[in-house]
Amino acid sequence: MGFDVTQQGDVTVINVEGQLIVGNRQELKQKVLEELENGARKFLIDFANTGYIDSSGLGVLVSLSKKIREQDGELRLANLNDDLRTLFELTKLDTLFHISDGRDEALASF
Amino acid sequence: MPSDYTLELPNDLRAIEAAVSYLVERSIDAGFDADRLRLNFRVSLAEALANAMLYGNRRDPAKRVRVEAHLSREEIVVRVTDQGRGFDPSAVPDPTLPANLSRPGGRGIFLIRNLMDVVEFNPQGNSITMVLRRRRTGRERRTGGR
Repeated sequence: MGFDVTQQGDVTVINVEGQLIVGNRQELKQKVLEELENGARKFLIDFANTGYIDSSGLGVLVSLSKKIREQDGELRLANLNDDLRTLFELTKLDTLFHISDGRDEALASF
Repeated sequence: MPSDYTLELPNDLRAIEAAVSYLVERSIDAGFDADRLRLNFRVSLAEALANAMLYGNRRDPAKRVRVEAHLSREEIVVRVTDQGRGFDPSAVPDPTLPANLSRPGGRGIFLIRNLMDVVEFNPQGNSITMVLRRRRTGRERRTGGR
């Protein structure tokens, strides 16, 4: 379980392995903010290997989205499974985020 | 066969995952629909436990959270009680309103209310009872059977 950060061109890609929950949300926040401070502006969070996001995890995504936008950056989400998509739709966060079905589609959308 | 469980958890967020997984497994053993366990039950119980530890018990490591569960093929009834002063659940704002959508918090109770069939709080507001019922199949609905 953790967060794997890689570069694809000028896009910083973060893989969420396992879960994004109250117990590890600060770790994701710290990693993204470090990259933002180092000059990254395009972020893709990939949930292909994510089983579960809780409300704290949703909250940290909202918070990061705001901070990235404040620095004129962009955040994309990709590869939400059916359960995760249900959570985004229930909370209407699907209207707040740019969500792509796959990584390639997300990378092409910047 | 219905089964009853009572768990006394330390006020430690790291205890949530094991407790949720344990009760999901016991619910599968009881014959409950696995699809509804994976999303509805798992998310709701994890949210209720996090709320109890963070906001009810205010992260106090000396306090505990009690989980009482009645598991059967037909329904799951789970009660989560913390040792805090309680809160007013009617005062929780709707996180899907446009003015609240970009707020980082406030989605836990909302998710529970939307994922469980029945959600009730005790008068003090430090105990939540959640009920998830088995979905009847199309054939069962047509015949009136179970």
